[in-house]
Amino acid sequence: MTLLVVACGLLLLTGLGALLLQRRPRGAAVFGVSGTVAAAMLGLYPCLRVLLGGSAELMCLPWPVPGGAFAVGLDAVSAVFLIPVLFVAALSAIYGVEYLQPFREGPAAGRSWFYYNVLVASMVMVLLARNGLLFLMAWECMSLASFFLVMYESEKPGVREAGWVYLVATHLGTACLVAMFVLLGREAGSLDFGRIGALPPAVAAAAFCLAIIGFGTKAGFVPLHVWLPEAHPAAPSHVSALLSGVMIKTGIYGLVRMLMLLGPPRTEWGWVLIGIGLTSGILGVAYALAQHDLKRLLAYHSVENIGIIALGLGVGVLGLSTGHPLIAQLGFGGALLHVVNHALFKSLLFLGAGAVVHATGTRDIDHLGGLAKVMPWTAAAFFVGAVAISGLPPLNGFVSEFLVYYGSFLSCLESGARAALPFIGAIVGLALIGGLASACFAKAFGIVFLGEPRTEQGRSAHDPGWTMRLPMLILAMACGAIGLGAPWAVRAMRPAVALLTHEPTAIIFTGTGNVLDLLGGLTECFWALVGLVGILGLGRWVLLRGRVVRQGLTWDCGYAVPSPRMQYTASSFAQWFVDWFRWALRTEHHRSLPQGVFSGTAFMNTETEDGFHEGLFRPVFERARWAFSKLRWIQHGQLQLYVLYIALTLVLLLIWYASHL
Amino acid sequence: MLLDAVFVLLILTNLILLGSSLLSASIRIVAVQGAVLGVLPFLAMAPDRLGRVLFLAVLTVALKGGVFPWLLNRALREVHVRREVAPLVGYSVSLALGIGLLALAFWLGGRIRDIGLGVSVLSLSTALFMMFTGLFLVISRQKALSQVLGFLVLENGIYAFGLLVVVNIHWLIELGVLLDVFVAVFIMGVAIDQISRAFDHMDVDQMNHLKG
Repeated sequence: MTLLVVACGLLLLTGLGALLLQRRPRGAAVFGVSGTVAAAMLGLYPCLRVLLGGSAELMCLPWPVPGGAFAVGLDAVSAVFLIPVLFVAALSAIYGVEYLQPFREGPAAGRSWFYYNVLVASMVMVLLARNGLLFLMAWECMSLASFFLVMYESEKPGVREAGWVYLVATHLGTACLVAMFVLLGREAGSLDFGRIGALPPAVAAAAFCLAIIGFGTKAGFVPLHVWLPEAHPAAPSHVSALLSGVMIKTGIYGLVRMLMLLGPPRTEWGWVLIGIGLTSGILGVAYALAQHDLKRLLAYHSVENIGIIALGLGVGVLGLSTGHPLIAQLGFGGALLHVVNHALFKSLLFLGAGAVVHATGTRDIDHLGGLAKVMPWTAAAFFVGAVAISGLPPLNGFVSEFLVYYGSFLSCLESGARAALPFIGAIVGLALIGGLASACFAKAFGIVFLGEPRTEQGRSAHDPGWTMRLPMLILAMACGAIGLGAPWAVRAMRPAVALLTHEPTAIIFTGTGNVLDLLGGLTECFWALVGLVGILGLGRWVLLRGRVVRQGLTWDCGYAVPSPRMQYTASSFAQWFVDWFRWALRTEHHRSLPQGVFSGTAFMNTETEDGFHEGLFRPVFERARWAFSKLRWIQHGQLQLYVLYIALTLVLLLIWYASHL
Repeated sequence: MLLDAVFVLLILTNLILLGSSLLSASIRIVAVQGAVLGVLPFLAMAPDRLGRVLFLAVLTVALKGGVFPWLLNRALREVHVRREVAPLVGYSVSLALGIGLLALAFWLGGRIRDIGLGVSVLSLSTALFMMFTGLFLVISRQKALSQVLGFLVLENGIYAFGLLVVVNIHWLIELGVLLDVFVAVFIMGVAIDQISRAFDHMDVDQMNHLKG
């Protein structure tokens, strides 16, 4: 516990150091990164200790803020979220040094390390805070620091636009959180988390709704996800990895913490969470399929994975509220493990995408191609991430989705038709999401890394240096380790699940149909799969030994003189799926088709705007702007009248107060 | 008895300020008000803290009765303005409104006294009336100098209120408040001077185009 607070202090100190050194970007980077890495090492120890069965800790430092208390605590739930935060933050920071090299001129790079460390420190504080006010302050620091990181290349109009969308979205979310804490604080008489309990059902329901909106905005539930596909592509890639991999998880953490505080959950909450999970998951992956921007595609996949996590939470809540402890364990366990897994493979994918951007200077999938030959390390790492995020065995994505599947199937078997409905929805939804995600990553990996380069930059691209390669490799290995060591990974989730289901740790996952044994059997299959691939590889090597290997064109397609431009594009690859989701995506086709035998120029491109951004939020905000412009006359610049407003308000308040004495 | 007389005197200075158009006269009245306030601690406080009270009183009288008028008069000379020409609210209307504010202050004072502060209605009402007058001057007058005067009156009201309600304010805080006001008046004096040089007037309502 003390180590974590010290780590926070260290992060802030080194961040300040980086700020002071902003004129010398190299010094700032060294300062900031070494601070992050040291803080991660300090912080990981207490988290691991708690997950391996250590007792939870609570610390209260004097803090002279009315209504606030510097109450920080570390329990298993916090630890589950803290480990990816610290792990990914350290790796992304190491990666960022080389990534930011091209931006060396100007103080922006030095300053960005300050914001980076503040962001990491505030995320740690959000996860540790046990007081509403402290939580909100850390939350706000987190939002602002990430806003400045998104605005790194603020000279570009697109980046500024993305930054504003993010700032507005995050503050609307925070407003709901303030309302929620005020509501809870009024009921409990204190903003300390420990005092909240035994709420009237109406208050609990209202707090739950506010939490869904407030935390859902950060996490990226559809339709509150609109800032993700804007902000993630705009930020530097190592920041995208941190934002998408771990920062949006603080929203999930908030929701989980609230589920713990609000008392016994109600069945409707489970329905709501499963509904949100299904819409976020399916629409997220559908939008991802239609994207041409590699990082935007990944951002939509974050929406999808947040949907999967919400599905898991929903299954858990339903299991808890209907009195099926094993189902609750499986749902919560799957959700928590998916939080860790998504942090690993999503940051891996963003770092891989960053390496591509670093090497080729473009994020447009249709301008890339054939990078596997020139960037083998990046391609391999991206491939591992793609397999993992698609939920395919033997990697980690499969393990967490398996838990949710298993819980849903069990409850389908145990309950009647009506009660089984949400679980059937979860199973069908998960299957659909998994299938579409595989298709999407077949597209992303296929178009970017396979085939032939389409541009000169693509031909001359090369793998980044070791400081960028190593973080990707470590993350890829972590993905593999959780997949191949599934029983141990799931066992580590037990203390956190026990907190959510209010059961002793020892009986988690060991009741009827021992989940850990089941996973043990699965893992044996995984190892067999790995062994099989190894044997096949060995066989290929043996067969090819001593023979001449000829290199040919990929995707020759029977043409006599093929050119790289004849390859599948992102649009054509995904056309079938995009057409299928036409009702939701409303993709615009701009084309001029070839005419006649000797046709002139022809072109076609597709564009998929975010329907919720363009169709829901933009009209609402335009309307609001119009309405508020009617109030502009109040702001006329007459100083005396401003004083009059203030004086009148104060006097009227005084009169109102005095007349009620 | 003497205390009540002082409060009545303070109320009268406020009313005169509301009805006066001559800026030099206004400055003099604010000076008198400040000086009277400076003596107030002698009458309101327990005599066992005589040294401290004496020190504060001398400082207050010197600043509010001496230094401020001097600074303001200097600013007045610099800008060649003698009277408030076109106030947003006329003088007789100001006086009438002032009477209304006085009534409001007395009603509020009566209500607030019931919380049990242990102070007289007259003293509370006077302090409130001073604040109202100050705010009214800031809102209704055109010349920047009148606004400084309004600010001073407002601050006098706050000072009086604090003196009455919180009998044992730490003297460092009182010193701090005095220093604040001093700096504010000093800066405003300089600013008025500069503004009048740049714009050839010191009418607040014409400074709109300074806004961003």
